[in-house]
Amino acid sequence: MNASYLMKRLGYGLLLMLGVVVLNFLLIRLAPGDPAVVIAGEMGGATEEMLESIREEYGLNKPVLTQLGIYVGNILQGNLGESFFFNQPVSKLIGERIFPTILLVLSALITAIVLGVFFGVLASRKPNGVLSAAVAVFSSIGYAVPVFWTGIMLIILFASVFPIFPVEGMMSVKLRDANIFIRSLDVLHHLVLPAFTLSVIYLAQYARLSRASMLEVLGSDYIRTARAKGASERTVLFKHALRNAALPILTVAGLQFGSLISGALLVETVFNWPGMGTLAFESILRRDYPTIMGVLLIASGIVVVANLLTDMSYRIADPRLRGES
Amino acid sequence: MKLMSRLLGAAAFAAFSVSSIPAFADGGTLVIASTQTPRHLNGAVQSGIATAIPSTQIFASPIRYDENWEPQPYLAKSWEISDDGLSVTLNLVDNATFHDGKPVTSEDVAFSIMTTKENHPFKSMFAPVESIETPDAHTAVIKLSKPHPALLLALSPALAPVLPKHVYGDGQDVKSHPANSAPVGSGPFILEEFAAGGDAVLKKNPNFFIDGRPMLDEIIIRIIKDESALLIALENGEADLYPFMAGSQAIRRMEKNERIGVTSEGYAGVGPVNWLAFNTNSPKLSDVRVRQAISYAVDRAFITKALHRGVSQPQRGPIIESSPFFDASIPSYDVDLDKAKALMADAGFAEGMDLTVDYIPGPKEQQQSLAEYMKSQLKKIGINVTVRAAPDFPTWAGRVGGHDFELSMDVVFNWGDPVIGVHRTYLSENIRKGVIWSNTQSYANDKVDDLLNAAAVEMDPAKRKALYGEFQQIVGAELPVYWINALPYHTAYDKKLQNVPTGIWGTMHPMDTVHWSE
Repeated sequence: MNASYLMKRLGYGLLLMLGVVVLNFLLIRLAPGDPAVVIAGEMGGATEEMLESIREEYGLNKPVLTQLGIYVGNILQGNLGESFFFNQPVSKLIGERIFPTILLVLSALITAIVLGVFFGVLASRKPNGVLSAAVAVFSSIGYAVPVFWTGIMLIILFASVFPIFPVEGMMSVKLRDANIFIRSLDVLHHLVLPAFTLSVIYLAQYARLSRASMLEVLGSDYIRTARAKGASERTVLFKHALRNAALPILTVAGLQFGSLISGALLVETVFNWPGMGTLAFESILRRDYPTIMGVLLIASGIVVVANLLTDMSYRIADPRLRGES
Repeated sequence: MKLMSRLLGAAAFAAFSVSSIPAFADGGTLVIASTQTPRHLNGAVQSGIATAIPSTQIFASPIRYDENWEPQPYLAKSWEISDDGLSVTLNLVDNATFHDGKPVTSEDVAFSIMTTKENHPFKSMFAPVESIETPDAHTAVIKLSKPHPALLLALSPALAPVLPKHVYGDGQDVKSHPANSAPVGSGPFILEEFAAGGDAVLKKNPNFFIDGRPMLDEIIIRIIKDESALLIALENGEADLYPFMAGSQAIRRMEKNERIGVTSEGYAGVGPVNWLAFNTNSPKLSDVRVRQAISYAVDRAFITKALHRGVSQPQRGPIIESSPFFDASIPSYDVDLDKAKALMADAGFAEGMDLTVDYIPGPKEQQQSLAEYMKSQLKKIGINVTVRAAPDFPTWAGRVGGHDFELSMDVVFNWGDPVIGVHRTYLSENIRKGVIWSNTQSYANDKVDDLLNAAAVEMDPAKRKALYGEFQQIVGAELPVYWINALPYHTAYDKKLQNVPTGIWGTMHPMDTVHWSE
């Protein structure tokens, strides 16, 4: 791996994040509504003096470009500011929520890749078979159905009609004092529905993608050679074919990390999952500028890093790309 | 398929493992579910349900109220009001301590009341308080600039938490004090855990100053933003109590559940009035006859019986009908379309007019549905209504606070005494552009100002009621607001729960007597 290439990509990433900060800062301020009025509303009302003191306290009475300069300066010093709503450091709020979001996103990603590839490989064995048709139908449905609708349907089915899974949250409050093993199981129990909901759309994509990749690879000479050598069907499929078919899947998985994060926003809201998505959604409604900005900055950072890692892993997997910059 | 069966097996194992664990510890845990997120837990500088429910468990206050609007001892074992009404002496219990072990003294009470006066949005609560003398550690004498009949009610747990001076008196701004999210009080429960936007976990205070209380070991306040999910959690036993439930579908659904009890008691103090506000500065609405015509065209009975499925009650005036100050003789404006049309013609609008109605984003049933109903109903008297939805609270608050509206639907709380929650809407001195929940109607009437100012200092309950009666008659005729219904707040609870809070403040009251039957 070329070090200068890595530095260049990191530089692009930082520039991108700066662009995200400036664009979001200006966009948020275009939205109607005064944060001071929201804070006063949450307090139950206020006098003009209180409103002015709130604006003064949070620097809202300064020109927008001055506010932007102050904000960028603070970010460069690692300070994401204080939440207007909670009066707590944004870094603390995000710190409390980043793990649930990453857990949800990674669980959904792994579920989508494992199940999607599994069904895609199965479907590729008999391209005109029933299973292949079923995968195609499921993929189309999974791709078309809005993620919040899937979530609500799953809640109704598996939390209300058949109450197998919890309806919301990440942990049962009544199990707070249980040991770590029970609590971990409890988190897994809560994770099933949101992770599956978030994974459905991507699962469908991976199934289609892996089916198409496998069909292409299965027609190759070396697969015919492997079969001629007497390799079992499992070895042919998973050892010879899937390894080569996995490259596009790997690329897509990395590139989709950003949309997975945005999908998590909806899923977290539906399932009351205590992650960054819920925080972002509520902060937008509250015009809590520092928190919105902080969440967007961290989310964009995660996406930049994920893309970089994908790029690097792709170069490791495919030697032909190593010399390119 | 082996992989699939393994995954399903793991999920089933997780489900089995969790569901087979005993749910309750000894003494009992109460899980209160709420859709509202508190900014923090200090009710001295923050109004609202979300803060008040935990705040009243963590902090004690000088006085608390029973279900008959009668003040009862709490941190103050007794109190005396001077004959001139200008001095109120609180005699404090001598065994109360804060959760950090320090004693509760009159200094703390004085500090708390003055802090609340300076920082709480309800300025009228303690506006007449000039100073508080502390002749000894357990006596606080509140000195007033004028008699203040609402003072005792303002000393309730929901409005006047007693803060530890040794924590909050460190010179930091109390509104953003770090202790607001990790408060130390002297109430029946101690805060154990609270993450911003997340659940609050409260543990029993073993040194609570009332013997044998609290009866529960633990209260957990769980934030579930989506009401559908919340109801399922209640049905599944994941939550035990859901206060401030207002949707008719939700109420009827819970009533059908044999395991769950539902009560409408516990909201007299809050006094939530759902109304249609008129911008009296608008040339179309400045004529009282137009406002009266609209009031005659809207059918409260249809709204409460049909749109709200009978769960809400009509509200005829500015003071909640369950309050002792409500005047039942206020004009009711029973639906009369002919009279409404005649009033429109008298006002010079025989050809009709166009109006826009805004509504506070919230429960669709109380706001959007009513706004849409008005659109069809007012069309019958020639008024073309455009329903202007706001995507979120800030947008709506900007419009109404900025007086950029014609009609607006909203819910406003009475907060126990008219001085606290009613005066703000009708006093002409409270017309403050840019300030939500002030007199955004721009309504001004000198007589109303005089009556409200007189009622604010009248210590004789009968005379005070008469003053409020006259006030209600005037605003009932002039209609700066058309009052529609009392928001049908209900509490849903597990029937095994005993002493469910049903006093005037409901769950915004210390739950030291709440316990499980088994």
